[in-house]
Amino acid sequence: MNLYTASHLQQNGSSVERIDVQPVHSPGTPSRPLYEKRKKIFPKRAEGRFRRFKWLVMLITLGIYYLTPWIRWDRGPFAPDQAVLVDLANRRFYFFFIEIWPQEFFYVAGLLVMAGFGLFLVTSAVGRAWCGYACPQTVWVDLFLVVERFIEGDRNARIKLDAAPWSFDKLWKRVAKHATWLAIAVATGGAWIFYFADAPSLAFDFVTGHAAVVAYSTVAFLTATTYVLGGLLREQVCIYMCPWPRIQAAMLDERSLVVTYNDWRGEPRSRHAKKAVAAGQPVGDCVDCNACVAVCPMGIDIREGQQMACITCALCIDACDGVMDKIGKPRGLIAYATLDEYDANMALATSGGTTAIDPAGVRNPDGSFIDKVRHFDWRVIFRLRTLIYFGVWSAVGLGLVFSLLSRDRLEVNVLHDRNPQFVLESDGSIRNGYTIRLLNMVPEPRTIMVSMEGLPEATMKIAGVTDVPGRLFAVQVEPDKTLALKVFVTLPKDAVSSEAVDFHFIAEDRPSHEKDSYSAVFNTPGARK
Amino acid sequence: MAEKHIDQLSGIETTGHEWDGIRELNNPLPRWWLWTFYACILWSIGYAIAYPSIPLLTDATKGLLGYSSRAELTADLDGARVAQGGLLEKISTSSLQEIVADPQLSQFATAGGAAAFRVNCTPCHGTGATGGRGYPNLNDDDWLWGGDIDALYQTIAHGVRDPADGETRISEMPAFTDMLKPDEVRQVAAYVVSLTGTPRDPAMVEPGKQLFADNCVSCHGEKAEGNRDLGAPSLADAIWLKSQGEVEIARQIQSPKHGVMPAWQTRLGDVAVKQLAVYIHSLGGGE
Repeated sequence: MNLYTASHLQQNGSSVERIDVQPVHSPGTPSRPLYEKRKKIFPKRAEGRFRRFKWLVMLITLGIYYLTPWIRWDRGPFAPDQAVLVDLANRRFYFFFIEIWPQEFFYVAGLLVMAGFGLFLVTSAVGRAWCGYACPQTVWVDLFLVVERFIEGDRNARIKLDAAPWSFDKLWKRVAKHATWLAIAVATGGAWIFYFADAPSLAFDFVTGHAAVVAYSTVAFLTATTYVLGGLLREQVCIYMCPWPRIQAAMLDERSLVVTYNDWRGEPRSRHAKKAVAAGQPVGDCVDCNACVAVCPMGIDIREGQQMACITCALCIDACDGVMDKIGKPRGLIAYATLDEYDANMALATSGGTTAIDPAGVRNPDGSFIDKVRHFDWRVIFRLRTLIYFGVWSAVGLGLVFSLLSRDRLEVNVLHDRNPQFVLESDGSIRNGYTIRLLNMVPEPRTIMVSMEGLPEATMKIAGVTDVPGRLFAVQVEPDKTLALKVFVTLPKDAVSSEAVDFHFIAEDRPSHEKDSYSAVFNTPGARK
Repeated sequence: MAEKHIDQLSGIETTGHEWDGIRELNNPLPRWWLWTFYACILWSIGYAIAYPSIPLLTDATKGLLGYSSRAELTADLDGARVAQGGLLEKISTSSLQEIVADPQLSQFATAGGAAAFRVNCTPCHGTGATGGRGYPNLNDDDWLWGGDIDALYQTIAHGVRDPADGETRISEMPAFTDMLKPDEVRQVAAYVVSLTGTPRDPAMVEPGKQLFADNCVSCHGEKAEGNRDLGAPSLADAIWLKSQGEVEIARQIQSPKHGVMPAWQTRLGDVAVKQLAVYIHSLGGGE
């Protein structure tokens, strides 16, 4: 139902072929049963700048996904040489020159916060760009459609094949298509597990049947999801399963760029424009060729306006631009536009909403657009909302970078014995026990000097390291490991006061001058903290 | 259900429900969703057959797979026991010194000893092994019967004054009520207290010192340093097990109390006693 749609003129003679297609997902479909049989969509191949951009995005994202685990990164003999590795067994995450321990998980949380604000930023600026270009569902469906087109042909051939009775030709095409899809799905599931173990050795183990059960089950699960979601369910995922369309639509405002059918210049649409013009009827730019509907992977008609099922993949823009080029009209009948622009132009075409769309309202007598017609102004991207999103996004990012550059790779943690809190020795001195944990967070062995700062009369003993009391001990810590030490600190009788005393344990790596300290308390019979 | 309502804008029938003027469009569900729903029902039937599910009067159906969470726990415990088996075997065949020298074995024995301690020893020695009046603190460096690991093992294995064990640690301090007059007892007590650097009336301390030399040094030693062969405590250190202060010390001289600990080897077995010895030795006072 389009308020501006003019009645069709049944005349002949058009330079553009009209495709026989109805939108599958249209809000105006009348009276339906409780459950609806799925209507098949056969997206036609699109050509144009957005299609080229999507090929590029697909190449980059799939390239990153499939190839990253195979990048090597030398970290010396004591750490894995895989550039990106989530080592769950040893609780380490490696990302090129960054190594993350479990207590540093906040970096991942920070990245998720950035991803969230990045999504807000992108969506408020250029609409559902995530859905249209970068979402794995979109990328893999695109990839699967490439396979489908290669084997079964483009739209018309596929419709014909689908309607045809079973034959050898149909059988081998279907088998080949599904087999290729499954192969891609296996590769997709297979690539995932390589992020969690050494890729070359896991690949060898996987092929020879020696990999862990969890590796096989993960691959099987991801194969199934890739095949089912990307090959079979396709647009159903976006419409019925994904919460994003609801959330992202709520983040759009009147200055967000969305894929828009500009009915102010398209209507009244006419399949036979020349004759209509000759008959003196108003004619818009839309030749009602349905090219935009035919290429749509979601099966919608963008001319019905913004709708939830539109993932803004912009393929209809490419299709329409091609047609406009062909009939010698300016591009942009379907284009990225903001609601503000659209409304302003619509007001021009309808005399402020009082009349049906009149092409003369936006055009000069020679057919060119009048100067009042608003065009996209890139400055709308830089508005308060997007600047706030960008500010938060960069603040979190800078915070993470600063934290990453200034973080310690040597840490000491101290746990004071709670039971007993202190021990009276036979010579009247008081002893406190502590568990000290040294974190050597670099992939090389280090000699860590453990000492005390404060409590000058006290001495310490480290179980398993020394029986001779002292205040400074050298401890060997293995590469990329923690070492727990049981430390007994003894304060002579004469030095024991009635106060609990604060002091520090110091861990120091002398060659690198890395140093960390941890505050501790010495309890006495008089006072405990 | 309210009467039929068609949404003006979309031309679609609504569900008839209204919340503050907002109505829900009655769009059809995809049919595959319906099939998914039926598949879930089928799955639940299969699940109910395969797993314990239907409650009966005293029990529930067992399920074809015979799964039970209790059996799973038992299997886990058996698995843990098998995993420990090698280490327990090693502890049983190794000497205490070998156990302490091997980091893995020592760690395992300490953990096992700590567990055994919590179950068997805390009623007297406390959860932190800090003891109490009459029950020795096992963290400090003052030992009645010796603090090296072999002595600890011997004491735990055979107990103290356990009549049922032939190798038990045994000694008895005589009651001096009949041998010393009350004045003399007070003099000895004053002398003992003065040993730890607490000034006392010399008129009491001097005769007390003589009485101590005559009656007590045979067990407690010339300098009151104690004798571990006899379980005689050092009286010259800061640690007092049964009594503190002159009055209590005098009472202990007249009518001594003796600690008793059962022999644990017959109750817990040799491996647990070894683990306990390693654990106690690690507390900080081990020699």
